[in-house]
Amino acid sequence: MAKEFELNEVEVWDGNYAASQALRQAQVDVVAAYPITPSTPIVEGYGSYVANGYIDGEFVMVESEHGAMSGCVGAAAAGGRVATATSSQGFALMVEVLYQASGMRLPIVLTVVNRALASPLNVRGDHSDMYLGRDSGWIQIDAFDSQEAYDLPLCAFRIGEHLDVRLPVMVHQDGFTTSHKAQNVYPLKDDVAYKFVGDYVPVDEMLDFTRPVTHGAQTEEDWHFEHKAKQHKALMDAPKVIDEVFAEFKKLTGREYKRVETYMMEDAEVALVLLGSSVETAVLAAKQLREEEGIKVGIVSPRCFRPFPYDLIREALDVPTLKAVCCMDKSAPGGAMGALFNEVSAAAYSTNARPMITNYIYGLGGRDFAVDEAKRIMKEQKAHADAGHITTNIQQFSGLRGPKLGFYETRRS
Amino acid sequence: MVEIRWHSRAGQGAVTGAKGLGSVVATTGKQVQAYALYGSAKRGAAMNAYNRIDDEPITNQETKMYPDYVFVIDPALAFTDDITKNDKPDTQYIITTHLSKEELISQIPALQDKADRVHVVDCMQISLDTIGRAMPNTPILGAFMKISKMYDLDFFLENMKKVLSKFPQKIIDANMEAITRAYNEVK
Repeated sequence: MAKEFELNEVEVWDGNYAASQALRQAQVDVVAAYPITPSTPIVEGYGSYVANGYIDGEFVMVESEHGAMSGCVGAAAAGGRVATATSSQGFALMVEVLYQASGMRLPIVLTVVNRALASPLNVRGDHSDMYLGRDSGWIQIDAFDSQEAYDLPLCAFRIGEHLDVRLPVMVHQDGFTTSHKAQNVYPLKDDVAYKFVGDYVPVDEMLDFTRPVTHGAQTEEDWHFEHKAKQHKALMDAPKVIDEVFAEFKKLTGREYKRVETYMMEDAEVALVLLGSSVETAVLAAKQLREEEGIKVGIVSPRCFRPFPYDLIREALDVPTLKAVCCMDKSAPGGAMGALFNEVSAAAYSTNARPMITNYIYGLGGRDFAVDEAKRIMKEQKAHADAGHITTNIQQFSGLRGPKLGFYETRRS
Repeated sequence: MVEIRWHSRAGQGAVTGAKGLGSVVATTGKQVQAYALYGSAKRGAAMNAYNRIDDEPITNQETKMYPDYVFVIDPALAFTDDITKNDKPDTQYIITTHLSKEELISQIPALQDKADRVHVVDCMQISLDTIGRAMPNTPILGAFMKISKMYDLDFFLENMKKVLSKFPQKIIDANMEAITRAYNEVK
């Protein structure tokens, strides 16, 4: 039996420590890990909890992140509650096995501390790795600060392990900005947290020798499509469970999470759509701009990045007063418009408001996202709204040194 | 909102100091942030740590700040870092040095119109005398309590003991002495 960990009502934790405490309270059976900056302290924490008797579990050391996720797949198929953490290059090396985990419907929780992808090598935060997981068949939930980096893994176990879902879940937080920034965190007591997460319910576990099963089978054109369609349907149906778990978490803690977070959208004339810690900075900038210049700015953020909340994004942007929206992508788009821009535009296209939408690429490799810069972008959206058309290139770059860069002009007048 | 920027070298304990300050402040019902800009910095490299303190939840995740207080915990960084960057008309400076305030200011042009806002304390000597090695992170907090009047010294010491509780009693006592000396000696 694991020892209880003494916690204060309010702790000052960074995002990494917060996530490691959530893994401890969920009493994760197996963590197979290959540590990488900036997510290292999450699995380091788990290892120390095991060594000191705070978890009845096992830390498996492996030779790479490919091995780490493979170990997680094995342990989850065997019938245990499994989690790990990674970032950036480690995430990239895991990708092959991420698809295996989701296809085998193993509810592993992966805490991803978002970091830029090389080259050039960079340890700081952007969303390149999070975007790389977009099509991997995992549920992806995004924490904006360290309290959320604690809360959301607890929810993630509930969501992924639910018998109507049975899918792996990533919980993202921003490298350094969240992972290494200590803030007030209000943790649950160990027994309360564990009761919320609940006992692990195995499905078709390999260690049940009375009922032998095969995991990771091969299918060719006869069955592959049906399996992938079923997996997609499971993702598309997951929102019902995600909403239920968030509602239950709110009842327990008073802290409310939604698949799409909206701020001040009721009367918004312009809006920013973005992800991660920048959401909090943007909300602060929007409040200040409303006060200082009377510009009605709202903020929208898909907290649930996958399954993409097409329905709720559409609802959030179907505001009669809304004229101009800027989608901000913190990942190098590699020869396209930003992914958030593409997905939000597609959702907004079938609304009545059908606002003008532009795209900013920002924050790559940890470039600071400033309150003043957020306000400048908001004012630029207001200029589009006043002019009745997009007055700049559709895709621009925020906080970039050197000559101004921009692509594509509007054809709407 | 109170904002603090630390100028330190990696290994001098600025992150621990910033987190320690945050932990003490959080026990009084305030909201805090403690963070650093280091990443792949090696021991000895110049780096910054930061604190934000407010009565309301802090949502500003921008790294840059316009500090109310600047702590310089390595004596040489007062000369080589841009310690007045993004400062305000009332930014207070607490600088570790063996020099007198007048000697220090006379050698740093950026401080010359800010003499009334510069405070000096020799955290290096204090930590060598008490803790036994150059560890200027906790003494600077004693000096900060004196300058900011944020909390009584006794209250701060009591709470700092809890923050340091995982260390041996000898180290805790030495830190308490270091904080007290810096509180009394800052000019």
